[in-house]
Amino acid sequence: MEKADKKNIVDKVWDFFASVRLAIIIFAVLSITSIAGTIIEQNAEPERNIKLLTKFFGPDIAPTAFRIFDSLGFMDMYHSWWFITILLLFAANLIICSIERLPKILKLVKEPVKPLSEEHFKGFGIKKEMVLRGKPDKVKASVESAVKKILGLNPSEIKEEKGVQLYSQKGSFTRLGVYITHFSILIILIGAIIGIFFGFKGFLNLPEGEVSNVAFTRNGHERPLGFSIRCDDFSVDFYGNSDMPKEYSSVLTVIDNGQEVMRKRIEVNEPLKYKGITFYQSSYGIVPGSGERSVFIFRITPAGGKTEEVRLRFGETFSIPNTELTGKIEDFSPAIAFDQTTGRPFTYAEQMSNPAVYISFSEKGRPKYSGWILKRHPGTWRLPEGHIVEFVDLWGIQYTGLQVRKDPGVWVVYLGCIMMAIGLYIAFFMSHRRLWIRLIEEKNGTRVIIGATANKNRQAYERKIERMMDYLTKAQEGGH
Amino acid sequence: MDSSTFFGISTLAYFLAMITYITYLAFRKAQIGSVATTVTIIGFVSQTLAIILRWKEFYEIGQMGILRAAPFTNLYESLVFFIWCLILGYLIIEYRYKNKSFGAFVTPVAGLALAFIDLTGMSKEIQPLVPALQSNWLLAHVIMSFISYSTFALAFSTGLMYLIIRSEKRTEPSYIFWTLMMGIFIVLLVAMGLDYLKYRFFIQRPEVLIKSYLFKATFKNESGIIAILSWIVSFSFIFILWRYGYIFKKILGSFSLSPEVLDDITYKSIAIGFPVFTLGGLIFGAIWADQAWGVYWSWDPKETWSLITWFVYAFYLHARLLRGWKGRRIAVVAVLGFVTVVFTYLGVNLLLSGLHSYGALE
Repeated sequence: MEKADKKNIVDKVWDFFASVRLAIIIFAVLSITSIAGTIIEQNAEPERNIKLLTKFFGPDIAPTAFRIFDSLGFMDMYHSWWFITILLLFAANLIICSIERLPKILKLVKEPVKPLSEEHFKGFGIKKEMVLRGKPDKVKASVESAVKKILGLNPSEIKEEKGVQLYSQKGSFTRLGVYITHFSILIILIGAIIGIFFGFKGFLNLPEGEVSNVAFTRNGHERPLGFSIRCDDFSVDFYGNSDMPKEYSSVLTVIDNGQEVMRKRIEVNEPLKYKGITFYQSSYGIVPGSGERSVFIFRITPAGGKTEEVRLRFGETFSIPNTELTGKIEDFSPAIAFDQTTGRPFTYAEQMSNPAVYISFSEKGRPKYSGWILKRHPGTWRLPEGHIVEFVDLWGIQYTGLQVRKDPGVWVVYLGCIMMAIGLYIAFFMSHRRLWIRLIEEKNGTRVIIGATANKNRQAYERKIERMMDYLTKAQEGGH
Repeated sequence: MDSSTFFGISTLAYFLAMITYITYLAFRKAQIGSVATTVTIIGFVSQTLAIILRWKEFYEIGQMGILRAAPFTNLYESLVFFIWCLILGYLIIEYRYKNKSFGAFVTPVAGLALAFIDLTGMSKEIQPLVPALQSNWLLAHVIMSFISYSTFALAFSTGLMYLIIRSEKRTEPSYIFWTLMMGIFIVLLVAMGLDYLKYRFFIQRPEVLIKSYLFKATFKNESGIIAILSWIVSFSFIFILWRYGYIFKKILGSFSLSPEVLDDITYKSIAIGFPVFTLGGLIFGAIWADQAWGVYWSWDPKETWSLITWFVYAFYLHARLLRGWKGRRIAVVAVLGFVTVVFTYLGVNLLLSGLHSYGALE
């Protein structure tokens, strides 16, 4: 007695998990709870969400409401125990549904198509009839070729009392499309879990010229990389004269065991990968107080002479080759602009949007002239004597913002995505089509009775069959 | 001729098409029907040319590869592309079902949307792409998303029509549902139109309208009387819609639309849209995010809302195919599905924050 009861409970639990009803309940629950997480800002400062809750509940209740929501995990909802439980329920439901239904479907897939009795022909969704001239044996050949040509089926045949029956099927495997899709969701979830347990997400702001062997996680913990990475250079390209960045990129060098093993220019959408760790270009900025270590780079072309590159520190002087002219770096602005009325220079941004350097030139020790040279404006590079002083870069002042990620599960996720694409294509755009044709001898020719089924998009199949009948009629007329 | 001339032609053509479709429905003359279809096709071709020309203009200004210059990246361009997909979808349905009745509904939507874009001066100037958006995955993602959005929009309209035709009494939930949905939809559109009319001099971009002036002309007016009046007018409007909603039923009834055809189109649109959305909207979006930021899924609001949309349509398919949901019940799901689509497309960009930079608030 007791045993039977126990089995009953197991059965009930099994049935519960195997039900489509549970699946659609989970869809509804996931949708509704997910909305909450898009309204409450996730992983934000508490004050921001208290302010938000004040709008809904008023200032008196908001702090209490916040505590309640917080203790329920709503502030990091998608990682809360209950949300993950729903996701696991979803996975369990998928697995058990598949175990429950797959054997039946597999049987259907493997089952060969069989000839049918006259009775069966009455019950088809697609039912057609026509009469063709000639004996069944002769008609059979043209019907067979039409079926092959237009429907792409290769029919088997069986002799019948008054003629022949042709029968065939195509795409029985397409019934598995749904299961491929379902299975792919499980694969993606597995990939995500691998990523959570064996990977990490971090960031690294690396100034030009510096080396790091760690990255930092969101909560500020160091995460050793197992090798070192150095930023050799960082640069931004702008659209025309605007301050809108077109592309920004960094040149990175990987140093493993004291050896430089890799060097690559990365840009947005174009990361560097080494030993399973990927570095993505994500942001940039100026390192505060980096004036000491930064280096000005100029490309100097004396009038009619050869171009030379010079590197200088703030306050240092350089000379134009073959002349008595020397220049001294007096000032620098990362983003220079000039007041429209007074013409006075000012710095309008804290990014290197329009870098400029102020240089005073002297001849034989006597001050001659001075002015701003702007990196992005070649017009400012030319000196009165025709020499060109190009301001190439202030190296070492900027840092490159890198996202650092290790995710050994990402290939599993991609695999799941490919499977899902294939599964969905099969499930929605292909169908299992079956066809039976009886050829019955009559006085004036042969009666062709067609019966067909398709598990999806029956109208399209019906149109094709009608086209095949047209073809047969026309072929017959053409033959005479 | 530049792209805006062709946009103007197509706007005009869609309105003309609307008039001819309505005339056709009134008189049932085959010739008028062919004229309506021809005018729609002219509008469609002209819109296609406009998109191609804009692509070319963008390519010449943008200093980048031809694919990167595809004009589908900001709110204005994506709306135009959405309308293009919608008209294409309609033309396919007209051909397949040999039924021109929907034309009277689809063409005014297209014409109004294009005219609205034009009137609001929604920033048409060509903006170069920020680096994160320069990806071919993004292009595939956006194109496929909008193809699926337009199939969902078709499912929404046929679903709504189904509910209108099949509801009998004013007390029925399905009747209340459709009058409420339609009422809220119209009230929101009118309220935003009033905001625009009142504050158009302060508005450079549609995002600014939503962020700073949303409902300031009506529900959130400084004057309490106008605010209260707005609420009263809105409620009375919805009430009137509810009271006299049977008029819509009569109009639709005279268009010889069978509920079965409507239901069939709703299902087929979703059956096409769902896989396209899964692949283009979710998977390609995830691949792009993975290439740009190294995170294929980060639960940002836009991603989460796409997932919600996906769940709603998965709900539709499973309820219909396996649980045997039929008729009005399943039509309600199709309508709600599109509400989530609209929120994913506009609401998230305009009301919530996220990583997605196009349409982001500044």
